Amino acid sequence: MKGKKLFKFVLSVLLTAAFCLNLTGCGSDSSKKENSLYVYSWGDYIDPKVLDMFEKETGIHVILDEFDTNENMYPRVYEGAVHYDIICPSDYMIQKMIANNLLQPLDFEKIPNAKKNIDAKFFEQSKEFDPENKYSVPYCWGTVGIMYDSTVVDEPVDSWNILWNEKYKDKILMQDSARDSLMIPLKLMGRSMNETDQKYLEQARDMLIKQKPLVQAYVIDEAKDKLISGESTMGVIFSGEALMISLANPKMKFSVPKEGTNFWIDSWVITKDAENVDNAHKFINFMCRPDIALINFDFLGYSTPIEALKDMEENEEIRNSPIAFPDPEVYKNQETYKYLGNEMDKIYNRLWMQVKVD
Amino acid sequence: MISRLKTIYLAIIFLFLYAPIGVLIAQSFNESRYRGHWTGFSLKWYESLFQQDKIIDALQNTISIGILSAIISTILALITCLALREIGKNFRAMFMSVANIPILNADIVTGISLMLLFMGMGLKLGYGSILLAHIVFNVPYVMLCIMPQLMALDKSFYEAALDLGASPFKAFTSVVLPELRPSIVAGFLLAFTMSADDFIITYFTRGAGVHTLPTEIYAELKLGIHPEMYALSTLVFITVLIFVILFAMNRKKLLNQKEENF
Amino acid sequence: MFRTIGIRNLFLAPFCIWAGIFIFVPLLFMFYYGLTTPAGNFTFENILMIFQTEFFYSLKMSVLLAFISTAVCLLLAYPLCLILVDRAKSAGAIITLLFILPLWMNSLLSTMAWQTILERDGTLNQILRLLSLPDFTLINTATAIVIGMVYNYLPYMVLPLYVALTKIDKSIIEAAKDLGANTWQTFYKIILPLSLPGAVSGITMVFIPALTTFAISALLGGGRILLIGNVIEQEFTFEYNWNLGAALSIVLMIFIVVNMALTVFFENSHEEEKN
Repeated sequence: MKGKKLFKFVLSVLLTAAFCLNLTGCGSDSSKKENSLYVYSWGDYIDPKVLDMFEKETGIHVILDEFDTNENMYPRVYEGAVHYDIICPSDYMIQKMIANNLLQPLDFEKIPNAKKNIDAKFFEQSKEFDPENKYSVPYCWGTVGIMYDSTVVDEPVDSWNILWNEKYKDKILMQDSARDSLMIPLKLMGRSMNETDQKYLEQARDMLIKQKPLVQAYVIDEAKDKLISGESTMGVIFSGEALMISLANPKMKFSVPKEGTNFWIDSWVITKDAENVDNAHKFINFMCRPDIALINFDFLGYSTPIEALKDMEENEEIRNSPIAFPDPEVYKNQETYKYLGNEMDKIYNRLWMQVKVD
Repeated sequence: MISRLKTIYLAIIFLFLYAPIGVLIAQSFNESRYRGHWTGFSLKWYESLFQQDKIIDALQNTISIGILSAIISTILALITCLALREIGKNFRAMFMSVANIPILNADIVTGISLMLLFMGMGLKLGYGSILLAHIVFNVPYVMLCIMPQLMALDKSFYEAALDLGASPFKAFTSVVLPELRPSIVAGFLLAFTMSADDFIITYFTRGAGVHTLPTEIYAELKLGIHPEMYALSTLVFITVLIFVILFAMNRKKLLNQKEENF
Repeated sequence: MFRTIGIRNLFLAPFCIWAGIFIFVPLLFMFYYGLTTPAGNFTFENILMIFQTEFFYSLKMSVLLAFISTAVCLLLAYPLCLILVDRAKSAGAIITLLFILPLWMNSLLSTMAWQTILERDGTLNQILRLLSLPDFTLINTATAIVIGMVYNYLPYMVLPLYVALTKIDKSIIEAAKDLGANTWQTFYKIILPLSLPGAVSGITMVFIPALTTFAISALLGGGRILLIGNVIEQEFTFEYNWNLGAALSIVLMIFIVVNMALTVFFENSHEEEKN
């Protein structure tokens, strides 16, 4: 009998606990329906302080939602699972979303800060995926390069070639995605990273297969930890993460190979079925303010396209960092990923699978 | 000799299961926010944990969804198992296989198809849709726990109780339920755990701004997991551990009392 | 246990409705996608893709690793559960809880912790170096994936097996011993058949998630070994080819059928033993 009472007691405690938690868990967002804004962005991509400031200044309630990859974000938006107003996808994904009619053109009259504060070359570069600069306003950008331990690697790191060097067997990290991996041999062959000729793509695959015995691991997010702890000697990495790595472990240096690299841009876009279009424009305009961009930059460490930022940055180490503020030479004549269509995506993926199963 | 071997065996498995937890706990005291990069002892992640509203919200959602989905799926699974005991074994195997489909499918398939289903039903994605989805994949786990024990149960006790004039409900609660309690508890705990650990299905069935701990952790991956997560995991783990120990002590007391009474 | 079939069916009804909405309808979605082209025409092409080298390789690898992990879990769990059941009942329950407890750590976090342990400069190697033993690097190999799977899924084997073993009447075992059966014979003739339903539950609960996992192979296998779970995940997200992803999942359903056959088979033999 005693056991049964205990059982009932535990059950009722659990139930009450669940309901209480349930109420506090839900109460926060459902009440403020009007004058709100649904933002869908990368995890930790906006300083929470900035959102507070925006809410205070405009009275607009922001519901922030986060995604971990462009590819996980896409089906939720495509299927209309949640009506987000404003999203921050990457270049090729923006092109794909434009192609699938998921975005609406922006009203640049309502975003005066965009053209005023953003360096024109970013709009120029954005034309690769948004040909008329109608749909997107750049938020973060960067390159892809090689991060290496300068105490171990004594030769100059200026070419993708070093990733095929036997000396670094089992110490090389590569990116675990079709486009990011095939981009490297394509660039080494002097081809475009948006190559569509099967012949060159197969050559690129063969180069990756040849490289596989030297590769320690194909990773995405774990690259950072492995490079900071010294587990890996060199790795292919996005420049935003490179800054974090070099601050945590000063031995690590970043280099953008001379053959060229991916110039990536994450931009704000407004969805076709956005319910708070005005608020979304206000939000973009707000994010383009230099003082706001600076707060975000200090929080995030990813390069921003706001021109005035470098002079405003107070931390000398960061201001002088070639990773955060690269030499203009670095991003001259760089390419940006394009959406190559569904068929081409399939080919890229099949080739990448062939590398993986070899 | 044999008894020592047994203890050593337990110890080895124990070590295997707790080694990563030790690492995580150590990580929560690491000053550096990066994995495998020890820069010194620090308590700062514990201090900042409680300022992270996002994490606390996610924790609340995880617990409440876990408990609710575990309760509902345990009840549903128990009722179903009782009925399944009485039908032919081929039918039973068929039912069990159908029930297993949500755990057999790759999570992403279950996740996306449930998302499409909820949208088709006109359900607004949010807390409720996560709860439903969690019940979907929890039911088979609970059934897998309860079914074997129910099958091994001797029906004659239950029938004897009925013959003695007990109502079916009374006979069930006083004869069958106590026999099944270990597996019901096991199923409940398993369901809660599965729910608290699920990422993919939750990701596709949740609404804007509603996070559970796993979706929160994944959202953090790009810039690196917040060490507050390690701190939180450590706290959760220690809390559960304390509960287990309290339970152990009380249980011994209860058993002793029983023995005295007899 | 029910007086009439009607009452039994009443108990079965909630599940039938539930399964109809939340299992069958999604299943229909899947079959629809798996058996059509993006344009909506019927085709077997997606299913047949499994015989292409890359897909078949990943399926083979997944089945192999899931099989090894399940076998390891079974081999580890049997002695473990026997020991646990053997201990005084109260202590046994506590120790069992202690073996379930690690599940309460988020599996992504604990798998990442295994990375820290198994890495080149990881915890394991640092301990080995302290003891002046040679390095032992497992990270980014199939072995590391198996370790990760066993770690994540061992409790699912322990749980049903333990429950099944506690239900075995001690007197039967003692009777067998009195009749002169040695330990092995007792195990083989009495314990094993009686605990088989629990073991079958455990095998299902370990094998199935091990077959479809993708996070463990990405984190501990260094992305060098492609498993079918990774492929399905990629088809659904990166490639947005739901037709192929669904078709590959349908192929995995073969394992439901195998599982069903096994369950029936074991139950038959179980009942024969009883009789």
